[in-house]
Amino acid sequence: MLEVTSINCGIVIDHINCGNGQKIFEKLNLGNVDFPVVLLMNVPSKKLGKKDIIKIENKIDLNLDMLGLIDSDITINIIENGNISKKMNVDIPKKVSGLFKCENPRCISNSDIYATPTFTLVNKNKNKIKYQCNYCDDFTYFNQR
Amino acid sequence: MNLKGRHLIDPNDFTIDELNSILDLAVDMKKDLSRYSNLCKGKILATLFYEPSTRTRLSFESAMLRMGGNVLGFADSTTSSASKGESLSDTIRVINGYADIAVIRHPKEGSAKLASEHSYISVINGGDGGHQHPTQTLTDLLTIKLYKDNIENLKVALCGDLKYGRTVHSLIKTLARYNNISFYLVSPNQLKLPEYIKENVKEKYNATIFETENLEDVINEVDILYMTRIQRERFFNEEDYLKLKNSYILTKDKISKSKENMLIMHPLPRVNEIDSSVDSDKRAVYFEQAHNGVFVRMALMAKLLGVV
Repeated sequence: MLEVTSINCGIVIDHINCGNGQKIFEKLNLGNVDFPVVLLMNVPSKKLGKKDIIKIENKIDLNLDMLGLIDSDITINIIENGNISKKMNVDIPKKVSGLFKCENPRCISNSDIYATPTFTLVNKNKNKIKYQCNYCDDFTYFNQR
Repeated sequence: MNLKGRHLIDPNDFTIDELNSILDLAVDMKKDLSRYSNLCKGKILATLFYEPSTRTRLSFESAMLRMGGNVLGFADSTTSSASKGESLSDTIRVINGYADIAVIRHPKEGSAKLASEHSYISVINGGDGGHQHPTQTLTDLLTIKLYKDNIENLKVALCGDLKYGRTVHSLIKTLARYNNISFYLVSPNQLKLPEYIKENVKEKYNATIFETENLEDVINEVDILYMTRIQRERFFNEEDYLKLKNSYILTKDKISKSKENMLIMHPLPRVNEIDSSVDSDKRAVYFEQAHNGVFVRMALMAKLLGVV
């Protein structure tokens, strides 16, 4: 099996559902950093069968709402001196602001820079996560799988 | 009931008691208009209309003038700084220094809410795209109250463009909060009521909803028939509009077996969905409904300005 050494000080994003690793990698803009990062894809996993992992040799700021939106199964491990100092889970966020656009083309948030698209979670079924726009009330859907 | 400084963006911004307090005042204003002729002396209403309007804008202006106040504003976005690219947020911030209360109509859904977020004077939603039109709902409620005494135990049919019809959206959301109202939704399949509204009234208020494409299925059962226009301006495609524009045309024949005390309402303007022969029927109340808009808007502004 492919081996990647452990990190000393930084963040490991674990238990990412296959395919979501690349999305998170891109959202965190990890392709443009100057510290060591690695994206592991399709790694065997007891919990998920297969999973993606991201290791970051640096303590960067993470937007937990964004991570929870893409994949609410992930675990975040904070690493200090080679050991896990903190473990965190994420959830599908109840309120979201500025992370995605409203699906309604007539919504003011799609045409006015002062209207930050803001949503309230209505249904957290992972196959059809449903958010309601705080401006136009229309639904916008997400699929984590 | 003190409503001073509040915004009215969505009809659910006010409780039923608050809505009823506006209606009670409107009834009183209709009875004795002269008593209120100096109520808003020194107050200024700004009318910010980015989209065409006859009834809403003129009834707001009439309401403020009848209470002794003044009015400024624009009736067309091409005559405002919007044509120079000014954002809605900047415009409302500026208007805050010019007026005491503002009404806004805008083609984008959620625009009135955005304006209210940047305003310390009361903002009233005069229609935001196909979303909401809460002051038309107040007008509708006043009309129902005047004819039926109470707003309860009613079978209400809403017919026409239920997808983009903001008057329908606001009315359903509001009536669902009153006691024992059943809804009969009559529309072509392409213009059905949006899911988010249906879910809202079903889940929150346990409302009874019956849907059909045929007006004849319900016309003899209901207490109120609320007709709406198929709105050309809401279609991206002219062909789709042409296919649907004549979906429902109410004629004298069609109402011949309807209840004698049924109310035929319409937010106006109408195109051809109510034949002019219906106008003389005693059940047709749409012109009086339009007149009621002045009294209810007087009452609303007086409450928001805190002068009563």
